[in-house]
Amino acid sequence: METPEQIRDRLLARFPGAQVTVVANGSPSAQHSLLVDAAHGRAIAVFLRDDPALQLDQCSNVTGVDWPEKEVIETTKTTVPDPAGGTPKIIEEKSKRIEPGCLEVVYHLFSVALRHGPVVLRMRTGNRTEAVTLPSLMPVWRSCDFQEREVFDLFGVKFDGHPDLRRILMWDAFKDHPMRKDYVGPDDYEWEPTPHGDVLAKARKHFPAPAVPAAVPTPPTPTA
Amino acid sequence: MSTEITPPASPAAGAFPTGGLGDLSSGGAHVRAVHDEFHGDLLEVSMGPHHPSTHGVFRMIVTLDGERIVKLKPVFGYLHRNHEKLGEGTSYLGSMPYTDRLDYLCSMTNNWAYAVAVEKLAGLTVPERAEYVRVILAELTRLLNHTCLAGFLMQDCGCSGTPLMYAFREREKILDLFESLSGSRMMCNYQRFGGCRVDPPADWLARAQTLVDGYTAFLDEFEALLTGNEIVMARTQGVGCLSAALAVSAGVTGPALRATGVAHDLRKVDGYGVYPRFTFRVPLGAHGDVYDRYMIRVLEMRESVGILKQALAGLPGGPIMNPAAKLRGFRPKAGEAYGRIEGPKGEIGFYLISDGSPNPWRYRVRPPSFINLTILEDMCLGHTVADAVIILGSVDIVLGEVDR
Repeated sequence: METPEQIRDRLLARFPGAQVTVVANGSPSAQHSLLVDAAHGRAIAVFLRDDPALQLDQCSNVTGVDWPEKEVIETTKTTVPDPAGGTPKIIEEKSKRIEPGCLEVVYHLFSVALRHGPVVLRMRTGNRTEAVTLPSLMPVWRSCDFQEREVFDLFGVKFDGHPDLRRILMWDAFKDHPMRKDYVGPDDYEWEPTPHGDVLAKARKHFPAPAVPAAVPTPPTPTA
Repeated sequence: MSTEITPPASPAAGAFPTGGLGDLSSGGAHVRAVHDEFHGDLLEVSMGPHHPSTHGVFRMIVTLDGERIVKLKPVFGYLHRNHEKLGEGTSYLGSMPYTDRLDYLCSMTNNWAYAVAVEKLAGLTVPERAEYVRVILAELTRLLNHTCLAGFLMQDCGCSGTPLMYAFREREKILDLFESLSGSRMMCNYQRFGGCRVDPPADWLARAQTLVDGYTAFLDEFEALLTGNEIVMARTQGVGCLSAALAVSAGVTGPALRATGVAHDLRKVDGYGVYPRFTFRVPLGAHGDVYDRYMIRVLEMRESVGILKQALAGLPGGPIMNPAAKLRGFRPKAGEAYGRIEGPKGEIGFYLISDGSPNPWRYRVRPPSFINLTILEDMCLGHTVADAVIILGSVDIVLGEVDR
């Protein structure tokens, strides 16, 4: 099979204006992936499926990955020459930078006809809040039907062009997306006979300490 | 793909006698007239979630025209516990017992698929003896799963009890083997990254050999009852047909794909483990119907018996674990890997992203029975409700894996 670099070069030649980059994989598995832009995502998917040398007719696995915003601390070193002619000073400056987060959808493509794969295709959303729409690849591979619904359900990626985009594992009235890294579970306290650790902390928050009852008058003692 | 249904045009007002059933002066003729002119309003029926034929807590919203299915929407998630989030919250080894709970009939192959993914991620090798033991256990799991499935399918067809009990009798023997090796009958937690947890002793191998030697006789008995049975053939042939092109596009794997005639068995395609050393054939179907899916499983069991005999005969000595494999404090370096094997239900894969910490950043299961359900509606359209039950049975789902 062609290397991801060769596939990228052919894609760039076929789709001028498309952004295709190879994402290197540092693990020994060496399954490098192709990151494509959302605008050309579906055209590229059709090309990968129909190209006679690739024939990636099976989209085996579709999944989402959450990459939240993270703070990156960068250290820059500047050398300031000493005016007195001594050894130059090295000044370290630390700067903080917020790296924007995104939601990523990963497709593992195989060829049943030519028996090769995987070609790993990735698409990323603009951010994690508003720009979460990506093109659906269900019109290209039918196997994306339930799997994209699952990514929508658990990660909150909206798939443009999916004919039946509904929640699949959570119930319809559910609001959040549980596979996101910043998901906080609902505070429905589960009773334990001897709560400890996290459960105890949660129980205390859930059931605030009862107010001290006001002095209750004692009933008068019956006489005779 | 959603199927749009246009309900049949409702008859013009006044076409039906308005007298209702109370007016029987015509001797019931008007009732018959209503029946003849009945255009078949669509009826929506909720099958499940609590019904034995749905193999767990699974629901199908079926729209019926008469008794014909015109729309079917599967509803699931009742067993959802966010398995993948649990996997991200625990160590790599900590997920191994959780994988048992996905498809609780096939814990050995689930373990193996997860071990394969982690071994790819960390670049671990597996000793030869462990590879042979994995093959032996995976093929025993295949026998167990296919035997059970054949029994359940016959139960769905209406032959209550007998075939299922025959199947469970054999399953019991395999579970006994698993229990004596791993300490648990169904939640085996046996494979490790870089090998297996315990070395099978000689007497265990002798017991496995006895079981394997006797399995062909059981299959002959089972097939004599079922394969040529007229009722089974009438119920299953030509029901739930699936085309090869749709099956490949929909990511269908395992016996359901091979029943459509596509030669796709990861034991041959990927040649993982020591499978290339064994001689076996991949049975293929021609029609892709329920009967083909049943037959593929029976034929696969016969091939599994052959693989088991070869593996037991050629089992080498040596270590069962790679000594370089680290179970505690295991931190693969940053990267990702997708590992897959041919489970009894199809391609079971695990996708892992490591950020260099002890827990995976992303832990994804590619569940075969979840993805095989994608085309349930396509297979059921035009069939009756009773057929939908056996079509679902022939897909072979386990809700622990579908819902995760």
